[in-house]
Amino acid sequence: MSGARKLLVLGGIALAAAGMLYGLHYAVFVEHQTLDRLGGSLASGFVHAAGRQMSDARADVASYGATKYDYVRQVDLHSHWIGLGMLLILLGVAFDSVALGKRMQWVMAFALLIGSTMFPLGVILQTVSHGAVYARALAVAGSALVIAALAAVTVGFARPSA
Amino acid sequence: MAVWGPANPAEEDARGSTVLHSLAPSPAGVAASFAAMGARRLLVVGGIALIAGGMLFGDVFAVFVLHQNGGETGARLIEAAQAAAAGDPAGVEAVFSQIGGLLEDHGTKVDAHVHMTGAGYLALLLALVQPYVALSAGSKKFLAKLFLWGSVLLPIGIFLIHYIGLAYSPFAVIGWASVLADTAGALLTVVLLAEAWGLWAYFRSRRANPVEPELPPDRTWERRALLAGGTALVLVGFAHGAWYAGVHLYEHESRETTILNAMLDSAAASDTSRIRQSADDFGRLQAEKAVNIAAHSHIIEFGFLAMLLSFVQPYVFLRGGQRAFWVKVLLAGSLILPVGVFLEQKFGLVAGGIADVGGLLVIMALVAMLVGVVRYTGYLDAQSGGAT
Repeated sequence: MSGARKLLVLGGIALAAAGMLYGLHYAVFVEHQTLDRLGGSLASGFVHAAGRQMSDARADVASYGATKYDYVRQVDLHSHWIGLGMLLILLGVAFDSVALGKRMQWVMAFALLIGSTMFPLGVILQTVSHGAVYARALAVAGSALVIAALAAVTVGFARPSA
Repeated sequence: MAVWGPANPAEEDARGSTVLHSLAPSPAGVAASFAAMGARRLLVVGGIALIAGGMLFGDVFAVFVLHQNGGETGARLIEAAQAAAAGDPAGVEAVFSQIGGLLEDHGTKVDAHVHMTGAGYLALLLALVQPYVALSAGSKKFLAKLFLWGSVLLPIGIFLIHYIGLAYSPFAVIGWASVLADTAGALLTVVLLAEAWGLWAYFRSRRANPVEPELPPDRTWERRALLAGGTALVLVGFAHGAWYAGVHLYEHESRETTILNAMLDSAAASDTSRIRQSADDFGRLQAEKAVNIAAHSHIIEFGFLAMLLSFVQPYVFLRGGQRAFWVKVLLAGSLILPVGVFLEQKFGLVAGGIADVGGLLVIMALVAMLVGVVRYTGYLDAQSGGAT
């Protein structure tokens, strides 16, 4: 097995395992409370509106928005790390069919692994500080790296031979 | 020389095949990697069947449940706002409990669809890595059977959660259907851990060769089309996701709270027409989000599926021309469905119908490939039976 294939298969397994462990931790310790807060704050907003307590109703909607902001990104981290991990494993199995030189294959594999790690990390860091520029920059850079590497791999797969 | 032979016996008289035989794997090599009732065979056949079944369920759900459920949820939201307008907190809570039921109905059906197809992808992925799993053939076969049982029971359990609820359950919050789903999920986890252990043992032992015959190198047109097409689909899906996150995600999040505030203000002012307007806006926003997420996830999933199916092609016992035809159908359907879903916002049910046709094309191609694989297993078994 070539170095590029090993990097993709082992990196993919590590990424998928990290995503699953994060998901397990989130499901057991955080998700139920988050979903309760999400549904509860929305219902509470309507109940406060029924009692004409509009400042409380607005606070409930703000709480709903903030909770959902975090929830979406937590689920995104979990699903994207697992999804990208599986993609890396699959590409690792198929990488001998990429009609590019060995060195180029290794560079592509490295770019895919770094990008796949960085992009969801940037997404989750947005929950530490809502809308933080550094977190968004990390997510954008990570996804750009994955997109560029995938484009090169597509060309490599389509070419009849190296 | 064997490498100049046909990729599979069905190609022997395939006059119009686009396959370059010199680039196809040898029949002996392909047969050796597909042992009778071995783990790989079970996982390939079971995996394709699970994906086809999951997609069929998803198509039926999209046509008969999705829009109706969305309409009902919107109607309940208006009722909740009207109850708030009437100063009736108990009414609000009652309506929200109904909304919870509708969301559970929607969520469990989406989950059943996603888990069934997801388990199918995993089965195909496991089939690919079998040569690198350092376990005995008997253990691998047992794990494959366990995996398929878990993959079938998991979506059934999830689907039944909404209908069985807590009936006859000894637990306070978990029903029998959840118990079934969780047990099946645990079964899958155990199998995946065992497979990971086998992989770890392979890499640690630093073997020079795989523990069972690897699929021989294959550079046929079908393999390249599925690999390149699949990666291109994943690439497009990824780029679309990045575009959505960069351009729309924050705007959608901010618009959602703005609409909810407007709805509550209208409720407090007992303004029924504005309540309806806000509910419509809310529904439109949810639809916008849903189609973007569905287009993004489906195009990536189909890309993944195409790449996985590229490895199965040597086992598809169809003539070269037919195999190429179904590869084209699969790739066309994989593009039509997400594009149709994405255009649903602009063109409504017409685009939705086109998306359903795309899904049907993918299902047909999957079933055709499954038939090809089953025919190949029959051919191999008949040959080995004839030899003994």
